[in-house]
Amino acid sequence: MSGTTLTGPLLTFRHGVHPEEYKELSCHRPIERMPFVEEYTLPLSQHIGAPAKAVVREGQYVRRGELIAEPVGFVSVGLHAPVDGTVTAIGLFDHPNGQMLPAIRIKTDPFSNQRFIPQPPIPPEQIPVADFISAVQRAGIVGLGGAAFPSHVKFSIPEGRQCRYLMMNGCECEPFLTCDHRVMVEFADELIDGTGILQHFIGAEKIYIAIEANKPDAVAILREKAAHSPMPIEVVPLQVKYPQGAEKMMITAILGEEVPSGKLPLDVGVLVSNVGTIVALSQYFRQGMPLIERVLTVTGPAVRRPTNVLVPLGTPMRAVVDFCGGITEDAVRILLGGPMMGMVQKSLDVPVVKGISGILALTDEEVQDITTYNCIRCGRCLEACPLFLNPARMGLLARKGLWEEMEELNVLDCFECAACSYVCPSGIPLVQSFRVGKAMIREKKAREK
Amino acid sequence: MLTEIVIGVGILAGLGLLFATVIAIAYRKFRVYEDPRIDEVEEMLPHANCGACGLPGCRAFAEKVVGQEIQPSKCTVSSAEAIQRIAAYLGVEAGAEEKRVARLLCAGGRREAHNLADYKGTMSTCRGEAAVAGGSKACSWGCLGLGDCEIACDFDAIFMNEDGLPEVIPDLCTACGDCVKACPKGLFELMPLSQKLIVQCKSLLEGEEAESRCSVACTACGRCVADAPDGLIAIRNNLAVINYELNHLASVDATFRCPTRAIVWVESEQFVKPAAPALPLGRVERYGEEYYQ
Repeated sequence: MSGTTLTGPLLTFRHGVHPEEYKELSCHRPIERMPFVEEYTLPLSQHIGAPAKAVVREGQYVRRGELIAEPVGFVSVGLHAPVDGTVTAIGLFDHPNGQMLPAIRIKTDPFSNQRFIPQPPIPPEQIPVADFISAVQRAGIVGLGGAAFPSHVKFSIPEGRQCRYLMMNGCECEPFLTCDHRVMVEFADELIDGTGILQHFIGAEKIYIAIEANKPDAVAILREKAAHSPMPIEVVPLQVKYPQGAEKMMITAILGEEVPSGKLPLDVGVLVSNVGTIVALSQYFRQGMPLIERVLTVTGPAVRRPTNVLVPLGTPMRAVVDFCGGITEDAVRILLGGPMMGMVQKSLDVPVVKGISGILALTDEEVQDITTYNCIRCGRCLEACPLFLNPARMGLLARKGLWEEMEELNVLDCFECAACSYVCPSGIPLVQSFRVGKAMIREKKAREK
Repeated sequence: MLTEIVIGVGILAGLGLLFATVIAIAYRKFRVYEDPRIDEVEEMLPHANCGACGLPGCRAFAEKVVGQEIQPSKCTVSSAEAIQRIAAYLGVEAGAEEKRVARLLCAGGRREAHNLADYKGTMSTCRGEAAVAGGSKACSWGCLGLGDCEIACDFDAIFMNEDGLPEVIPDLCTACGDCVKACPKGLFELMPLSQKLIVQCKSLLEGEEAESRCSVACTACGRCVADAPDGLIAIRNNLAVINYELNHLASVDATFRCPTRAIVWVESEQFVKPAAPALPLGRVERYGEEYYQ
C-alpha cells in the first residue's frame, strides 16, 4: 500500500476533474455554535426511505432530544426535537427539495436553558448486534455526507456477508465545503471512539480513514490518535481530485478494486461511512444524544463571514445565513451543499435538514450565464466521468427523449457528480438531462408495475 | 455454346420450380387465417397509433373490434362518421363513448402565481426545471409553463397561452393521455366533457398560505361545498374535491362565491373569461375587465 505520506505519490481513481477549491474561505474557522432561534421546522422526510411518523400532537411540550417522530418500516429513521419547546403545528412546509412536505414545527421555549440532559452511556460490549442496529435507527442517524441514507441499513450486514474493510470518508472533495474537515480536527476523539463502536459490531480486518491531501492538519491529528488506538487504523491521504469522496471512487483509490455496476460497496467487502456520521454515533452511545444538530459550512463569495456552524436541525436557513453576517446584495444563487452537487434553492425559508452539508451563496461572477452549443464530440466528458460512462452520447439521447436507450448506456449508474457538465465546452446541461432521464425511466418502471 | 445456355436456364428453372412447390406447400400447410376485415377496419382507423384506446396501436384495436371484444367508439380519435362506418361495415353496435378531453388542474399562470426565483437553466423544459429545486414557482404543485405537454401532443391540441398556461382545444383533443405522462407535476386529467364543474388547483395549502403563493389557489374556504348539493363537493386535504359520480347534480351555482375562482364551470375550453357572477359576493371585483383580457 503506497500513499502513506503526504509527499509521495498519492492514491486516486482514474478520470475526474480538478475544480478550484475555495476551501481557504472557511477551512481555518473553528466550528461555532449557532444560538437558538424562535422556531424550528422539522420535515418528517429528511432521509432516503419512508418518512417518519409524528408521535407528538399540537400543543405538546417537548424536551431537547425527545423523540418526536418514529421510523416507519426498516428503511426509515426517527426524528428528535432539537430544542425544548412547544409543538405549534404539524402540516405542510417548504422542504429544501422544493416540495411542500409534512413537517413538525416547534416554538422554542424562551425560559428553558436548552441544556441537553446526558443519558447513561450504552456500552457496546453489552448489547447484541440487533440492539445496536435498532439503537442507530432510533437515534435518527443517517449518512451526513449528503445522501442521508439511513446508517442502520448500511450497518446491517446480511447473513453470510463479511465486511473486511471499514472506510471513514473524510475526503470532502466538493469545493467550498469544509465541515467534514473541521469535524475531523475538532472531534477527532469522538471519531476514533465512534469507529471503535462500529468496529466492535462489524469486526473489519482493517480500518481506513480517507482524507484528501489538502487537509494536512486533519491527517496529522488523526494519525496521532490512530497510533494510540488498538484498532488497525490507517489514515490514507488521497489525491485532491473531484469526485474523490464518492464511495465507489474512494474504494477504487484505496483498494484498487471496482464496485460492479448496480452493486453496493459491501459486495466487495467494504463499508463506507462519512466522518460526521461516526461522530454522531459516538455522541449517541456515550451521551445519549440523538442526531439533533449537525455541522454546516456557510460559505461563498456572497457570504459576509464564511464559517463552520454547529446548527440544530430545523433551523431556518435564513437564520443560519444571518448568523454568518448575512449575504451580500450581489448574491444571485443559493445552493445547499457544494457547487458541484448542491441543490439550488428558490427561497431561504427552508429548514436545515440532516443531509445538508453547507450553504453556498454565489455572486454573478461565479454564476455564468451559459449558452448551450451543439456537442462538438471533443470527448472531454468521457475523460472526466469517473464511472467511464458516455455522457456525450447520453446527452444527445436525452435531448431527443430516448430514455430507454439511455438506460442501455447505464444512466442509472450515474451518481450526478457533474464532472461532465463541469468540463463541457459547449455548456450542455448533461447532469440535468440525466436527472430527467432517470426520473422518466423510474416513472416508466413504476407505471409498468 | 447453345447447349450451355440451355443447361443453365434449365437448372435455374428447375430450382425455381422446386422452391415454388416448397413455398406453395408451406403456404397451404402453415397458413394462419386472418380475418380480411381486420385490414379493412385498420384502413378506416386514423393511423395515429396514439394509444388512447389502451391498446398498443391501431392494428391491435382493429383486431379487437373485429373480434367484437371492444366497441368501435373506444377509438376517441376517429370522427363520429368514421366510427359509424366501421360499425356499419362490421354490423355491430357503435357504442356510445363520451368524448373526453385533457383538463389542466392549475390556473396559476404568470399573472396569478407568485415566482420565487428565475429559472435560468439552458434546459428549458418542465422536466428540466422540475429537476432543479422543483421549479421556480412558490406553489410546488403549479404548472411550470415551459410546454412539455405542447411538445408531447401529437394532435396540436395544446398551445401555450400568453399567461404561460397550456390551453387544450377540446375539438382536437383525443384524450390519448400523452400530456398526462409528460407533465412532471401530474396536472392533466382526462375528463368527460359533461364534467363541467372543475377545481383548477392542486395546492394542499390552506387559506392565506395558499393565496399568498397564487391568487387563484383553492383556499379550502368551503363556500362551494355549502353552495352545492349534498355530497357533490368535499374539502379533502385543504382542497375542494368533486365527486363526479354525482355529476348530474352539478351546477354553475357552486362557483359564484369562490373567492379565488379556483372552482370553475367549463363549457368547452378552459381559461376563458368567466360569465359575470349572478351573486356578486366575495372578492369578485378582482376579476374585472382588465384581469381576463
